[in-house]
Amino acid sequence: MLTVLQTALEVGLIYGLVALALFISFSILNIADLSTDGCFTLGCAVGAMLTIAGHPILALFAAMAAGMLSGYVTAFLQTRLGVESILAGIISNTGLYTINLAVMGFSSNVSITGVDTVFSLFKGLVGGQWSRLILLALIAAVIVIVLIRFFGTSLGLSIRATGDSLDMVSASSINPKATITIGLCLANALTALSGCLIGEYNKFCDINLGTGMVTIALASLIIGEVFAGHRGGVGKRVVCVVLGSIVYRFIIALALRLNISAEYFKLVSAVIVAVAIAAPNMKGYVRLAKIKSNARKLRALSGKGDETDA
Amino acid sequence: MLEVSHISKTFNAGTVNEKRALSDLSLRLADGEFATIVGSNGAGKSTLFNAIAGVFYVDTGTITLDGRDITFLPSHKRSRRIGHLFQDPLKGTAPHMTIEENLAVAYLRSPEKHKPFRRVSRRDRDFFRDALAQLDMGLEDRMNTPVGLLSGGQRQALTLLMATMVTPELLLLDEHTAALDPVTADKVLALTRSVVSERSISCLMITHNMHQALELGTRTLMMDAGRIVLDVSGPERADMTVQGLLDAFAAKAGEAFDNDRVLLSTAEDREN
Repeated sequence: MLTVLQTALEVGLIYGLVALALFISFSILNIADLSTDGCFTLGCAVGAMLTIAGHPILALFAAMAAGMLSGYVTAFLQTRLGVESILAGIISNTGLYTINLAVMGFSSNVSITGVDTVFSLFKGLVGGQWSRLILLALIAAVIVIVLIRFFGTSLGLSIRATGDSLDMVSASSINPKATITIGLCLANALTALSGCLIGEYNKFCDINLGTGMVTIALASLIIGEVFAGHRGGVGKRVVCVVLGSIVYRFIIALALRLNISAEYFKLVSAVIVAVAIAAPNMKGYVRLAKIKSNARKLRALSGKGDETDA
Repeated sequence: MLEVSHISKTFNAGTVNEKRALSDLSLRLADGEFATIVGSNGAGKSTLFNAIAGVFYVDTGTITLDGRDITFLPSHKRSRRIGHLFQDPLKGTAPHMTIEENLAVAYLRSPEKHKPFRRVSRRDRDFFRDALAQLDMGLEDRMNTPVGLLSGGQRQALTLLMATMVTPELLLLDEHTAALDPVTADKVLALTRSVVSERSISCLMITHNMHQALELGTRTLMMDAGRIVLDVSGPERADMTVQGLLDAFAAKAGEAFDNDRVLLSTAEDREN
């Protein structure tokens, strides 16, 4: 059981980076960036090739650079060429499939065997069965702290304002095209970094690795936003998004314990997303039902008939 | 000084929806001058503001501000020098960001602060607090409150503060008190008056209140069909009544000023 929880934590931390990427594009910039799937695989492919070539640490940075480039293309399509933001993501995603294949030498999967990964290097450094978790927690902590600090800077505030009130942004001498571009580059760098880490973690990269990633990340993001509540500041929200990803992995681990087969995971993700988004509305229905029943009771007490139709 | 010279703008040119919104319009506004603009809906008042603010580029003509040609300058660059307030109090602020964060974004208009990774300093915070205190709404003690929790009047006052925190060369007020209740509207108007006169900001203000149009500022413009049809200032304006303004319009435009909204606000003015 402990191993299951440990794995869930580790994978949750890795996928938490994609959830953070969606937090930037979806929650902060208010843009549905659907290039996530392709970008995740891109990060994995770039990372895998460099790791095989013997540069596991450089792989992380190269993957981020590749992700930034992918984010830049998506942003360029929507800010300069006037392509609808959802469509821009889909176009990038489609193009990335070929690019990812090309990066992997036109093979649909590659194995990272017999070479060092960041995890094996770190294990050599600290040792023990917890080394992977420690390394991932460190990486996640650094990124969370950097992001929280970043959102308090002039540039970070400008990016947040872009998604919150476009009118205000142009009235404040900020170029929204620039802030959208920087935001998407940042988000996709995180997505690709996550892909690279999962590649080195599983010692494997597959062209279809990223399929459905956007839904999984969205599920994590929504779980995280529920934790943070409506009044949460940016710092709290960033931390909660990573927690959301870990919780999501625990749910999946639980499903595994209940002998639900792996084929059902995508459906489970879809259900979690739907339920999490619908939950606040359901609360509203319950409250309304309560108010109505109270009103009915009062009317019954005062001796008048029930005239409501519901 | 703002100098708008022979600008024209046609929307949807060449289609059945073609609309000539600005028609060879020229306007010169001296430094520190405060002019009010009236006119029926569709007269081109907001279009004129959008042209000056750079929301779109004009088809012909030039716009200069303090001697610099801004005709083809993108709007975010113009906003460094031009403040723009809208009727909708929700437009000028970011609801999910705190008061302090909103002010920090507005403060980016100041010419010296340009470092992208700069954070709000203690000095900035003190400056924001002092500025907020001038609004006299108690907002200086709620700097960490999300702006979305403020009332419309508070948000509009905050927007005014944000637009003038770094003194603009020109302030465009597009019916910025029209959506507020009368008491709040008066308060925001009083604030506007004091800010504009204290720092002698050149200002254009659209209003549908004829009384306000004659009382505020030093000059009144009336627009119709994308042109300025009446331009009064000095003693001529001092002697003008609301009825006189309406008559003048009828004489200049050659038709009755029959907009419901104008009639309504005229009736209110008479009652006052």
